[in-house]
Amino acid sequence: MSMTDPLFRHHKHCDEIFARAEEAVSEGAWVDAEEAFTSLRTELETHFKSEEDLLFPAFEQRTGMTSGPTQVMRVEHGQMRELLDEMQRGLGARDAEIFAGAAEILLVLMQQHNMKEENILYPMCDDAIRDPDVGDAIAQRLAEPCHA
Amino acid sequence: MHPNLSFEQAPPFSVPMRFFVAAPWFGVVAGLLLAYIGGEVVSSRWTGEVLALTHLLGAGFLLHAMCGALLQFVPVAAGGNVWRPRMVAGVVQPLLGFGALMLAGGFFLAKPALLAGAATALLLGIVGFSAVMALALWRTPATGSTMLALRLAVIGLLVTGGLGATLAEGIARGWSLPFPALTDVHLVWALGGWALMLLAGVSYYVVPMFQLTPPYPAWAMRLFGPALFVLVLAWSGVQLIAGAEFLRRGVGVAGLLLAALFALLTLSVQARRRRRLIDATFLLFRLAMASLLCVAGLGLLMILVPVVGEDGRSGATLGILIFVGVFASAINGMLYKIVPFIAWLHLQRLGAPLTAMPNMKNIIPATAMTGQMRLHTLATGLLVLLPWLPALAVIAGLAFAASSAWLGGNLIGAVRRYAMFRDRIRAAGAYRES
Repeated sequence: MSMTDPLFRHHKHCDEIFARAEEAVSEGAWVDAEEAFTSLRTELETHFKSEEDLLFPAFEQRTGMTSGPTQVMRVEHGQMRELLDEMQRGLGARDAEIFAGAAEILLVLMQQHNMKEENILYPMCDDAIRDPDVGDAIAQRLAEPCHA
Repeated sequence: MHPNLSFEQAPPFSVPMRFFVAAPWFGVVAGLLLAYIGGEVVSSRWTGEVLALTHLLGAGFLLHAMCGALLQFVPVAAGGNVWRPRMVAGVVQPLLGFGALMLAGGFFLAKPALLAGAATALLLGIVGFSAVMALALWRTPATGSTMLALRLAVIGLLVTGGLGATLAEGIARGWSLPFPALTDVHLVWALGGWALMLLAGVSYYVVPMFQLTPPYPAWAMRLFGPALFVLVLAWSGVQLIAGAEFLRRGVGVAGLLLAALFALLTLSVQARRRRRLIDATFLLFRLAMASLLCVAGLGLLMILVPVVGEDGRSGATLGILIFVGVFASAINGMLYKIVPFIAWLHLQRLGAPLTAMPNMKNIIPATAMTGQMRLHTLATGLLVLLPWLPALAVIAGLAFAASSAWLGGNLIGAVRRYAMFRDRIRAAGAYRES
């Protein structure tokens, strides 16, 4: 198993929750939607923080690339956080249109982001970072909310 | 490490959009032309009218949309830096646009000068575009089946353009060429080596993305692009060998089975999607894949049952299924996902807070997309019946023209809403700064 495998698997886990939240909103099942959305938000935030606190700094330290791909990934995390805020607003107002509009963008942005990570950045990280502690710390962090 | 890797070089909004906005209007012209010329002519591939129709769709509608999509897709999905995208789009799109119109005009009016002009314009546009794409695709560090398919597709486009220009020049100047065989080779490179290759490469990427499906099986993604390329090459070879009928049929059967495999795999991963939401994009993609299965079925029947194969109406149905059923549907569906997203992305980069941004659902209203999708489906059905019921020409032509115009209108609406929000965001920024 490579160091970034848990991150890779966690992407799929977040996809599942995203689909659940979106479906619940489209059916007007607001209580289920609240629950799924809260879970999505927690999981995504944990994912972003694992990368921003552990993976990216280790990569930047090893390669000296501080303004390259990791910086773009951070910017996209910011965009996704804003979209989650917008979805939260839709949920709070019980407005399926607001939620769905933001969800539609989050989906494409998130999938595109994940593919860039999975196809390019994660292999680069696996290649560059030789410290097993980084991988252990990431796996541990991601395991926590999943089992909560 | 990876000096060419950059993650964020989405081209300016106008770069893909000028191709996307222009594309459907070639469909409008094709639909009106069909209504004007009537249904009797469509069962012969070799009439000027039919060649005008196929090139309005192939070199107009489909080529425009596919070039626009590649200009957006290669930088964003493949990390490939496109050289001066604004300039390239500004030169290539008019060349393709005028080239397609001149080509259709040349065929319809039987004017050699128009054909020669079209050959030059289209060849310049295609070679210029392919060179820029090839440079971007060969320099990116990204690997994988999508990348391989895109690279092979660019080769396919070049061969298609080269052969097409040779044929058009040949007709215009009265060269002595093996026209039927060369035309078949040109057609197979256009539809298989370029269009289907590109559709497959892009599908590996966007089908899982839009519907949260499982990925296509790795073996299939590895096999499809190279196998399709080899079969298109083999088809070209056997066309030029006299008396190789058995081989020709074998290669044809293999190619059709491969196309069916791609359609079945796409429908299969879509059936296992995690996202349950059904939208116009999803339904149009299904229509495209169902059409591709029909293409494979009818194509096999035409190869294996001579009486079906020799009937001009079978060939016409096959052509309509491919151009309209498969490619126009898939493109239509993808545009409805790509255009609102890139509009949003570019607005977001202007630095507006999210609350000031349009709802993605409003960039192209869902009702407009669904309505146009239904009309497109109806037009496709009418067109498929046309070779068997020529009296449908007026209604089928008008339905396709109306559906294409509606798509064009939806895309123009997206551009107008984009411009409105952009101006509003800029004005708010200027106000804050002053």
